[in-house]
Amino acid sequence: MNTITPPQYLPDNTSDTTRLTRHFRAEKFDFWSFFFSGLTGLATLFILGILAVILTNIVINGWSAISWHFVSTIPKKDFFDASTTGVLPMIVGTTIRVFVMTIFVIPVGVITAIYLTEYAPNTSIITRVIRAAVNNLAGVPSIVFGLFGLGFFINFVGKNMDALLHNPSAVWGQPALIWAALTLAVMTLPVVIVATEESLKAIPPGLREASLALGATKLETIWRIVLPQALPGIMTGGILAVSRAAGEVAPILFTGVAYYMASLPLHVTDQFMDLGYHVFVLATQSPNIEQTRPILYATVLVLLLLTFALNIVAIIIRARMRKKLRALG
Amino acid sequence: MENYFEAGIENLRQKLLLMASRAETAVNESVQALMQRNHDLALRVKADDDVIDRFEVEIDELAIQLLTKAPLASNLRLVTVAMKISQNLERIGDEATKIAKRARDLSQEPPVKVTLDLPRMATLALAMVKDALDSFVQRDSVAARCLIPRDKEVDALNKQIQEQLTQHMMDNPDAIARCLHWIVAAKSLERIADHAKNIAEEVVYLCEAQDIRHSPKG
Amino acid sequence: MAEIILPKINLPEAKVTATAGGAPLIAIEQLSLYYGASKALKNISLNLGEKIVTAFIGPSGCGKSTLLRCLNRMNDLIDNVRIEGAIKIGGHEIYNKDVDVIELRKRVGMVFQKSNPFPKSIYENVAYGLRLHGVKNRSALDEAVEQSLQQSALWDEVKDRLHSSALGLSGGQQQRLCIARAIAIKPEIILMDEPASALDPIATTRIEELILNLKKDFTIVIVTHNMQQAARISDETAFFYIGELVEFGPTTKIFTNPAQKRTEDYVTGRFG
Repeated sequence: MNTITPPQYLPDNTSDTTRLTRHFRAEKFDFWSFFFSGLTGLATLFILGILAVILTNIVINGWSAISWHFVSTIPKKDFFDASTTGVLPMIVGTTIRVFVMTIFVIPVGVITAIYLTEYAPNTSIITRVIRAAVNNLAGVPSIVFGLFGLGFFINFVGKNMDALLHNPSAVWGQPALIWAALTLAVMTLPVVIVATEESLKAIPPGLREASLALGATKLETIWRIVLPQALPGIMTGGILAVSRAAGEVAPILFTGVAYYMASLPLHVTDQFMDLGYHVFVLATQSPNIEQTRPILYATVLVLLLLTFALNIVAIIIRARMRKKLRALG
Repeated sequence: MENYFEAGIENLRQKLLLMASRAETAVNESVQALMQRNHDLALRVKADDDVIDRFEVEIDELAIQLLTKAPLASNLRLVTVAMKISQNLERIGDEATKIAKRARDLSQEPPVKVTLDLPRMATLALAMVKDALDSFVQRDSVAARCLIPRDKEVDALNKQIQEQLTQHMMDNPDAIARCLHWIVAAKSLERIADHAKNIAEEVVYLCEAQDIRHSPKG
Repeated sequence: MAEIILPKINLPEAKVTATAGGAPLIAIEQLSLYYGASKALKNISLNLGEKIVTAFIGPSGCGKSTLLRCLNRMNDLIDNVRIEGAIKIGGHEIYNKDVDVIELRKRVGMVFQKSNPFPKSIYENVAYGLRLHGVKNRSALDEAVEQSLQQSALWDEVKDRLHSSALGLSGGQQQRLCIARAIAIKPEIILMDEPASALDPIATTRIEELILNLKKDFTIVIVTHNMQQAARISDETAFFYIGELVEFGPTTKIFTNPAQKRTEDYVTGRFG
């Protein structure tokens, strides 16, 4: 936004070319534009810088412990020996719990969002209550979810299931993969609901009208027209949920993570190990911090790469969906 | 904010009124020249006919322009009626010129010795022209309707005058040329009355959207 | 004087034919519509004829679109809407409790102001209604799609790219596609809400030509704010003003010699 001053002091017989070049050279220097673009540049550098510092720190410290052996071995109870330890069960545990969470959170979140956007009358009390609940859920601290999971899923639902099934010893009434996944699902529900709602709202109402005018029911319209178009948005919600859940530790603390499992989790009632939790373990339980540091950083690096990989897969799927929507039906 | 379309319509009306007053003046003056044997007046009428002709062209152009703006209802009727009325006014002007030419020629000759009811015919025709134009200005379709039967009287007078003059020509062959002038003048007056009637019919269409031309009553 | 032969001008006669029983195809009887407490339509009574084009004209906010949307009960989708009076299509009261709205909308189609093709292929857009109502046979679909596109004067332009996205068509083509989509399920009545108002003049002309052709097979009701358009394509015209029906009659009469002063004032541009 540079101001241009008109050429005032040129004699009348100056040629047009000279006028023009003098014109542009006479631009006034706008201090504020320069200042603000400089400021935004600095901010960007700052953020990138911090990210670079963190990543570099992790890589430098953890690189020495990363190896194929590291990511493919089930470790013995002693985590602190860099040569024998591995994080395979943690990788599996993190991945499975995120996966099971997705199975629950996406359908529930999408259906809730569809209800809120397409069916709920805007002025009713119930709608406002649901919206308030969703918003507040988003603000609850993660540890509270952990306690909720323990109190509700394990001690209420699980124990009652055991009673109904007449299990002699606790099968469902104890920490398990399923409960951890469900707790995470409750925690990430607002994210999925909001993302789905946004993508539903972004669909022009004209499309719904056209479908209804052709004799479709509301359900048919949602199924055939609205949902397919909202899929990329729903995927975005899924990506956000996955990213958040992969790194969370507090919700799984009481609901399913274990300090040590000799084998990989196979059943929904099994406990599991987790990368984030393992970092906590390594940092607090280690006898020799110098020896453990590379393992710790390597675990962090694996967690980052895993999250990154999960995101990439989801993003690719979403991009394919978007392309398909643009090309043909 | 100015409504350009309405201004165009108003412009059309004004031009039509100007043309009408010119045509009326032309008829008045040509009859006057005829009755009073006024040579100069006759020449003036003839010269002024150009103005009336130009008006017709202008009005038609303006009407076409307005039609491109797709007028509707009363505006549409006004535009089409304007074109028709301007044509009738131009013919009235031409007939007035014819009368003027005959007046010019007759004024050079000794008067014909025959009593004709021409003054009354002229008065009737002049009145018809004036009333037709008034009904247009006032948008009075009742007055326009009343005008239409009056044409019969003018026709009857024309016929009567023709018979009189024919008889006179048979009796006085040396007056034939002058009598022919009179016959033509009378015929022109009769045509002027016809055109006034046409204008009245257009006024009825403008006001009532009824086309009463060529109907048994008209 | 030689007789001047003038060309004969045939003015279209308003065809208000009756269905069996002497009733017009669409009968609106004392219809009032309320948005909450405000009365948007005031005691409208109107009979629309079969296989002709009827135009609804009037200034913005006069209720013409609202009335149009009553005819296929699209107003049901808005909260707080209340109807008094009746609308009978083919003799059946459409606001009856036992009327299947889906069936109604199969028989009364709609084309909207802003063209709204689905983000699917051209073929799938036209086939959408057919699939909805159970047509699965591929060759039946192919035939119906082709026929609809032919009737909408779009076939020649798209026959080589039926499976490409409908969103790649121009504005005028998209609107013709929406018309094809609506007529594919063979409704009896087509409602059009200012179908050409978002299009350039040439596309508009093509839509108007299309409508004139379609009226051979369909009854068409069109809302338009363009009076010249109504004069060009409609057989009968209804003029609305602030929720009331002011005048209804043959288009020629409305536009050359309307009976009501309000109609005259609107049509000559003195207000609205």
